[in-house]
Amino acid sequence: MMSPPDSSIDAVFYGLDRKKIYCFKKIILLFNKTLLLLLRNIFRAKRNTFAFDFVHSLPLHNRRPDGNRAVFLMNSNQPTQHYDVIVIGAGATGAGTARDCAMRGLKVLLVERFDFTAGATGRNHGLLHSGARYAVTDRESAAECISENMILRKIARHCVEDTGGIFVTLPDDDLAYQATFVEACRDAGINAEIIDPAEARRIEPAVNPDIIGAVKVPDGAVDPFRLTTANAIAAQRNGAHIMTYHEVTAVNVAHQRVCGVTLRDQRTGVLRRIDADLVINAAGIWGHAICRMAGVNVNMFPAKGALLIFGHRVNNIVINRCRKPADADILVPGDTISLIGTTSSRVPYDQVDNMEVTPEEVDILLREGSRIAPALATTRILRAYAGVRPLVAADNDPSGRSISRGIVCLDHAVRDGLEGFITITGGKLMTYRLMAEWATDLACRKLGRNAQCRTATTPLPGSESADKDAPVSHGKHHIIELPTDHKAAQARHGSMTPDIGLDARNESLVCECEEVSVGEIRYAIRQLHANNLVNLRRRTRLGMGTCQGCLCASRAASILGNELNDRPHALRDLCNFLNERWKGMLPVAWGQTLVEAQFSSWLYQSVCGLEPDILPPSLGHTAETPTHPRQSSEASPND
Amino acid sequence: MKYDSIIIGGGLSGLTAGIRLASAGKKVAIITSGQSALHFSSGSMSLLNRIGRQIVDDPLTAVSDLPDGHPYHKIGVGNIQDLAAEAAMLLRHSGLNVEGSPSAHRFCLTPFGLWEPAWLTVKGIASCPDPKKCPWKKAAIVNFKGYLDFHPAYLADGLAKAGIDSEIHEIELPRLASLRKSCSEMRAASIARLLEGSAINDLAAAILRIKADADVILLPAVIGLRSDAAADLLASLVDTPVRYVPVIPMSVTGVRAEFLLRRRFESLGGTYCLGDSVSRGNFENGRLTSVFTANLGDTPLEADEFILATGSFFSQGLVAKPDAIVEPVFGLDVMQTPVRTERYSLDFFAPQPYMRFGVVTDSDLCVSRNGVTVPNLRAIGSILSGADSLHEGSGAGIALLSAIAAARKIQFA
Repeated sequence: MMSPPDSSIDAVFYGLDRKKIYCFKKIILLFNKTLLLLLRNIFRAKRNTFAFDFVHSLPLHNRRPDGNRAVFLMNSNQPTQHYDVIVIGAGATGAGTARDCAMRGLKVLLVERFDFTAGATGRNHGLLHSGARYAVTDRESAAECISENMILRKIARHCVEDTGGIFVTLPDDDLAYQATFVEACRDAGINAEIIDPAEARRIEPAVNPDIIGAVKVPDGAVDPFRLTTANAIAAQRNGAHIMTYHEVTAVNVAHQRVCGVTLRDQRTGVLRRIDADLVINAAGIWGHAICRMAGVNVNMFPAKGALLIFGHRVNNIVINRCRKPADADILVPGDTISLIGTTSSRVPYDQVDNMEVTPEEVDILLREGSRIAPALATTRILRAYAGVRPLVAADNDPSGRSISRGIVCLDHAVRDGLEGFITITGGKLMTYRLMAEWATDLACRKLGRNAQCRTATTPLPGSESADKDAPVSHGKHHIIELPTDHKAAQARHGSMTPDIGLDARNESLVCECEEVSVGEIRYAIRQLHANNLVNLRRRTRLGMGTCQGCLCASRAASILGNELNDRPHALRDLCNFLNERWKGMLPVAWGQTLVEAQFSSWLYQSVCGLEPDILPPSLGHTAETPTHPRQSSEASPND
Repeated sequence: MKYDSIIIGGGLSGLTAGIRLASAGKKVAIITSGQSALHFSSGSMSLLNRIGRQIVDDPLTAVSDLPDGHPYHKIGVGNIQDLAAEAAMLLRHSGLNVEGSPSAHRFCLTPFGLWEPAWLTVKGIASCPDPKKCPWKKAAIVNFKGYLDFHPAYLADGLAKAGIDSEIHEIELPRLASLRKSCSEMRAASIARLLEGSAINDLAAAILRIKADADVILLPAVIGLRSDAAADLLASLVDTPVRYVPVIPMSVTGVRAEFLLRRRFESLGGTYCLGDSVSRGNFENGRLTSVFTANLGDTPLEADEFILATGSFFSQGLVAKPDAIVEPVFGLDVMQTPVRTERYSLDFFAPQPYMRFGVVTDSDLCVSRNGVTVPNLRAIGSILSGADSLHEGSGAGIALLSAIAAARKIQFA
């Protein structure tokens, strides 16, 4: 439920114990909810000209998606809605921009062709950069990173794990670089402390014992899925509308001015125009094509980065290589796993939806990774995946040799003489909030609004518990009596956990590897825009563990079909999910990974008799990704 | 220690070969690390369901259409009928009540309400010769509260497609309450351990309370880890026939099958070495003379004939490495593609080349090592190369038939 964190309800129950407060709150919130539903129904009855249900408008909680939604979707006679701002792309930057715009009082629509985090946001290290990696080569980025690092620790506590990080020097690395590195860190405001290699081995036993130097930095881990979802929820709470699975097919221009977009509903194929005073392009590498649609040219170069996920937490703190940034020199622990990455290679633009990790990339990652942490050579690899960074060429250099890795915020009125259009790109996950702030500052200037950015100081949903001792995120605040699945949910959803309604009926585990309960799955379906298994994975970590969905996918699909009242959709979606998991396992399918894959194949195709070709059509929730992977349009994030 | 035959691997094929040889009076030992793929099976057994994507009508005639090098060709397509009859008999003699014929499928209801063909189905498993002419008019689908691996609404959809009505019920047994205290305990094997004896009376009472207006009751296959006794008791207490739908592993039906086969093997005088694994073998003059195990250390186990029934990747009979597929016990020759990328198909549901990988054998099922045939070491079951038993639906058939064929060759050598 989306009650404000320190509502009057808290005040009323001051002095009661936690359990009682929780019960009372439930009752009152239930009452509130009923009232809201009543008001909404009255409101709906009054405006039957425009069924706005398909936009996930507030109040969203407990809206049960059902077959009726499909009817709305097919109705193309809806009048055009007008917004102050349309933000394109629901990665971290787009969701963050929608949040910032909404918090500043703009009427915002966030559109996304697939699901939240379906692009580069869901395909990176999940590293809470201290900025140290950029200190020597790009001081500006380094300073931005450390500043945002400190902000995210406050506003996104439930998405961040304060692991700490070290930069290690291997015997064949140049130890002289360490001094340059530490000085550059200090210049950028990053607390970098040289420690004895023996001390490094003590605090991180997985590190290569042969290291000759180590520097401690404030790196951490950040969950990009949680972070983006929290931004989207925050945007929504501030009045933003969100349309996922709607692809921009045209940026509409009239009289040298962008006046809105045309969207194609991915489920129905229906096109509709939506008008806005301003369109913000936050579509990452796909923003290249969005610019083309608007008739302007921004030279973006797709840079592919491949990563490997290991089956358990090999290391507990982030291990970086203390050298000029190169392949496979960062090992990040995140939740139950560890990640090594990345490689970096230019790929043709027409391949950005079709990222496959090559055997050569796998070999580089394994070889270099095991130099940082020797255990990687013998640790089970869960999967391989690749993301695409948008690198932007400087405007005076169409060849792309002069690439900016920093934030690029373009006012196309100034740059191209096209009013009403902003592109926000470049940057990194770490600086998503700052990128959003820049874009929103520009948007406000252009719209003549005068509102201050509050995103750096306002906690995100999930991290807004007024009670500092509330068990938010990992760390020492767990309440011992909680069952482990409650704790897992608490770590994932922070102060939103009470919304899940973990009761006895809901406690059966769906996913044993990641301890996802029935209640959490239902919560994600009903309240977090999840309508397929890939979405559920992003919201809950379902299927991200060692079994890679082998057992839990069947349980989750069963629940999904019943919740959406569309079981054929759930079975087709189960096939998609299994294909998506296989795509990430295939590049590393040896040892236990192949055992798992063979077990999955055998379980679903033989015991369950699943075969995509014989399944009946779904009742309206058409599969978002075509079943055959070669036709896949949503390049699977593999995280 | 000296045996006539030593069998490495205690799954369906290893146990079958063991029973066949022991009943012929041989002194046999089975060395098994434990839990075999049977524990993960549906409980139904297929001979040959598909060639390509097409369901075959008559498996017995269709076997000749299989590609060269297929295990059924090595066994001899002319022998399939006879071997199949003997396999069914062997299972029944072990106490595993199976029904079905090699020349016509039975169709079993899968956990998601689809129908999957099978050659032999274990008594009580929900199946019929033709879903379109199923004798049931109305089914009562009954689940246990909190059990997630049974999907009544999906079963109802599947039944509806076959023209069968259904009603869905959920029952709560006090006996199972303890499982619900821990959220990961509500699984098939845990339920089966509690649903014995008087708990079956409670279950019957709960089913009778439903007063289902149905001619069949469908339950998840979570009863009877050791025998049919619980299912027989339930059948005697409930007037309406009760049928069981397979669930995802652990498979209670599979565990029971393995238990019954093991008991049969031991009752015939076989030695069943559980929890041990063969680490290496001693070869002399091209023959395998003895094997060494993890538990016995340097004490060799000698035999005249050996059978390798260690299964596929899943059972660790084959091990995939980044650059090659190996047979880990003896380093036998393995049929495989040399390039890593050619092992796999991008489509999870398409035939996967790696599924056909396996040890190289001659027409007597004798394996080869460094290009030389080992005349007294035979491979059986899913470690054999040349079959995509998943897509063909031939896994149990190959396991059973190759086991009996190898045992016959040993017996009459």
